[in-house]
Amino acid sequence: MIRENSELLIEITDLHASVEDQPILNGVNLKIKAGEIHAIMGRNGSGKSTLSKVIAGHPAYKVTSGSISFQGINLLELEPEDRARQGIFLGFQYPIEIPGVSNLEFLRVATNSRRKQLSHEELDTFEFEDVVREKLKIVQMDEAFLNRSVNEGFSGGEKKRNEILQMALLEPMVSILDETDSGLDIDALQIVAAGVNKLAKAETATLLITHYQRLLNEITPDFVHVMAAGKILKTGNKDLALELETSGYEWVDQEIKNEAGNS
Amino acid sequence: MANQTSVAEIVSEPYKYGFVTDIETEKIAKGLSEEVIHLISAKKQEPKFLLDFRLKSYRQWLKMKEPNWAELKYPPIDYQDIIYYAAPKQNEKKSSLSEVDPKLLETFDKLGIPISEQKRLSNVAVDAVFDSVSIATTYKEKLAEHGVAFCSISEAIVEYPELIEKYLGSVVPFSDNFFAALNSAVFSDGSFVYIPKGVDCPMELSSYFRINSGDIGQFERTLIIAEEGSSVSYLEGCTAPMFDTNTLHAAVVELIALNDSSIKYSTVQNWYSGNEKGIGGIYNFVTKRGHCRGKRSKISWSQVETGSAITWKYPSCILQGDQSIGEFYSVALTNNKQKADTGTKMIHIGENTRSTIVSKGISAGQSSNSYRGLVQIGPKASGAKNYSQCDSMLIGDQAEANTYPYIRSQQPESSIEHEASTCRISEDQLFYLQSRGIGFEEAVSMMVSGFCRDVFNQLPMEFAAEADKLLALKLEGSVG
Ligand SMILES: Nc1ncnc2c1ncn2[C@@H]1O[C@H](COP(=O)(O)OP(=O)(O)OP(=O)(O)O)[C@@H](O)[C@H]1O
Ligand SMILES: [Mg+2]
Repeated sequence: MIRENSELLIEITDLHASVEDQPILNGVNLKIKAGEIHAIMGRNGSGKSTLSKVIAGHPAYKVTSGSISFQGINLLELEPEDRARQGIFLGFQYPIEIPGVSNLEFLRVATNSRRKQLSHEELDTFEFEDVVREKLKIVQMDEAFLNRSVNEGFSGGEKKRNEILQMALLEPMVSILDETDSGLDIDALQIVAAGVNKLAKAETATLLITHYQRLLNEITPDFVHVMAAGKILKTGNKDLALELETSGYEWVDQEIKNEAGNS
Repeated sequence: MANQTSVAEIVSEPYKYGFVTDIETEKIAKGLSEEVIHLISAKKQEPKFLLDFRLKSYRQWLKMKEPNWAELKYPPIDYQDIIYYAAPKQNEKKSSLSEVDPKLLETFDKLGIPISEQKRLSNVAVDAVFDSVSIATTYKEKLAEHGVAFCSISEAIVEYPELIEKYLGSVVPFSDNFFAALNSAVFSDGSFVYIPKGVDCPMELSSYFRINSGDIGQFERTLIIAEEGSSVSYLEGCTAPMFDTNTLHAAVVELIALNDSSIKYSTVQNWYSGNEKGIGGIYNFVTKRGHCRGKRSKISWSQVETGSAITWKYPSCILQGDQSIGEFYSVALTNNKQKADTGTKMIHIGENTRSTIVSKGISAGQSSNSYRGLVQIGPKASGAKNYSQCDSMLIGDQAEANTYPYIRSQQPESSIEHEASTCRISEDQLFYLQSRGIGFEEAVSMMVSGFCRDVFNQLPMEFAAEADKLLALKLEGSVG
C-alpha cells in the first residue's frame, strides 16, 4: 500500500557490484517505503538474485560503488548476520542444504538472535516449540520437518515453505523473496501467498522477485520494476506485469540498444 | 567480511589447560636402560613376574624399529633424552583424599575434573593420574560393594597380581609394535577395572591423565576386564601444560570382554597440540585394543581427538566370540600444524560378528588428518558384517584429509560396506546461516557439531555436551 508519509526503509542509490571483477549490477536505484509491496521482474541472468544477495551481504559480491541504506543506516558496513538482526530477510531462490544441523535448533538460534536485537526475551527449547508450532500453521508444514537437517532432502516446494516459516519467525522489516513461487504447486502457491499477505504489516515492506503473473494475482504489488543488464530499466504499477505477460521482454532489447546509442 | 581465511582463523583458540603446577617432583635421571627399568619396578614394589615382563619388553624394543608408514612426519625422537619416571613428592601413600596435597587437588579442580568432595558427580567415579602416578581414585568403596575393582594399575599389581599376570599383555603383546614394547618396558601408571560376573557397573568410570613435567614421557597402561554378563562404561580425558618441547606419550590400553559382556570406552583427548607454528605439543603414540573373547560380547570405542601435535592411534577390536560386536566412533579435529593418523582395525574371527565404523575428520589450518582403517574377515567368520563410514570436513584450503581403508576378506559369506565423503564448509552454507542472524563463528561451530552428531550421540550423556563445547572452544577465536 502506497502512503504519502510512510517511512523510507530501503534506499539503493547507483549501486554497482561485481563478482570476481565481473560487473553484474550497473547502477541500481530503488526506494522502498513501509507498507509497500514491490515486484522485480526481468530475464534470466539480469541480476535480480545478485541484487538480493548484495542487500543481504553475500561475501562473494563486491560493491564497487553506490550505497544501500536501511532506515537511515549504511547497510554495507554491516556483517550479514547484523543485517538480518536489524530486520532484513532474504528468502533464497535456491535454499541450501545444511546436513547435520537440526532445523529446529537452527530456527531457534535464528529467532533468538533477532529477538535479542529487539530486546525481547530469548526463547528456551520448550517456549520455542510452542511458537514454531503456531507459525507452522501459516505455511501448513508438518512438524516432522523440524526434526530434519536444515533443508536436507526437502523437495523444492518444501524448501520454499521453510523459507516462509523463517520469515514468519524472524518478523523482518524488509522481506526479499527471490522466486519463492517457483517450484510450488498450485495449492502451495496459494498457501505461501496467503502467508506473505498475512505477515505484511503497515510498517514493513516486501520485495518479490518473480517471473510469473500468477504470484502477483495473489499478492498485489504497488510497484513493478523490470531489471535488465544489472539495472532497473523501467518501473510501473501492477499493469506493467500484465503487459510483460502478454508482450514479453523483446522491448527490453530495444531499450538497451537505444540507451547504448544515446550514450 | 567472511571468507576462507577467516574461517581458518577462527579455529585457533588459546589452550586453556597450559598452566604448570608448581610442585616438588621426584624424577629419575634421563635415559633408558635395564637399570632404569629395575629402578621403576623397585619404586613400585612390583612382583618379580612384572619386572621380568618389563625386561623382556625392553629387550624386544631394542630390536624394533620406529614405524614410519603413517602419514606423519616429525623429527627423530631421542629416547635417551626422556625421563621415564616422575612423581609429585608425597610422604606416604595416601589412604584418603583429604591427605592428598591440596595443590594437586587444586590442579584437577582447575581442569574441571571432579575429584574433590564438593565437586564430585554422583554417578561418575574418577581416577586421577599426575605425571607417572595415580593420586586419587574416588568412590572406590562404593564400587567395591558391587565387587567392582577400580584403581590405579600400580595398586592392582599389588592387590590383584593373578589378574594382572593373566591378562596384562594378553591383548597387546609386548612385541606388538615399537611403542607398545616401549610402554610394556616402562609403563608407570594408569587405570585398572575389573567387573565381576553379571554386574552392571553402577557408575561411569573415568580416568584423567595430566602431564605436568615437560621432559618426562608418559606411558600409561590401562586394563579393563569385563567378566561374563557384565557391563561398564569408561571415559578417559587428558591435558598437559604448554611447553615448547615435544613430550612423548605412549599408552597401551587393553580391554577384555567375556561372554555377553559389554565395554564402552570413550576418550576425550585434549593434550597440548603445540602453537600455531607447530612448536611444542604432545607426540601421542597409542595402542588401544579390545578383545571380544566371549560370545555375544561387545566393545565400543568412541573418541574425540582434538589435541596433540601428532596422533598415532588405532583403537581396534578382535571379534573372536561368535556374534560379538565391535564399534568405533571417532571425531578427530586437527588445526594449525597438527597431524593425526588415526582409525581402527576390526578383525572378524568368529561367526556372525558385526562391526561398525563411523569416523569424522575435521582438518583446519595447515593440518593433516588421515583415517586409516582395516577390516579383516577371517575364514571362519561366516555371516560377518561390517559397515564403515568415513567423512572428512575441510576448513580453509590449506588443510589435508586422507582416507586409507584396507579390506581383507577370506570369507565369501560376509558383507562389507564402505562409504566415504569429503566436504568443505561452503561460503553459501555459512552465508545462509548468517543471513538468519547467526554469527559467523557460531555458524561454523553449528556446522562442525552437526557434522559430528552421529559420534557425539555415542558418548555417555554427561560428556556429550562437554565434547560439543570442547569443539566449539577449539573453533573460537577472532573473525578476520
Ligand atoms: N557467484 C557468481 N559467479 C559468477 N557469476 C555470477 C555469480 N553470481 C551471478 N553471476 C552472474 O551474474 C548474472 C546475474 O545473475 P543473477 O543470479 O543475479 O540473475 P537472475 O536475474 O536472478 O536470474 P534468474 O531469473 O535466472 O534467477 C548471471 O549472468 C550470472 O551468471
Ligand atoms: Mg535469480
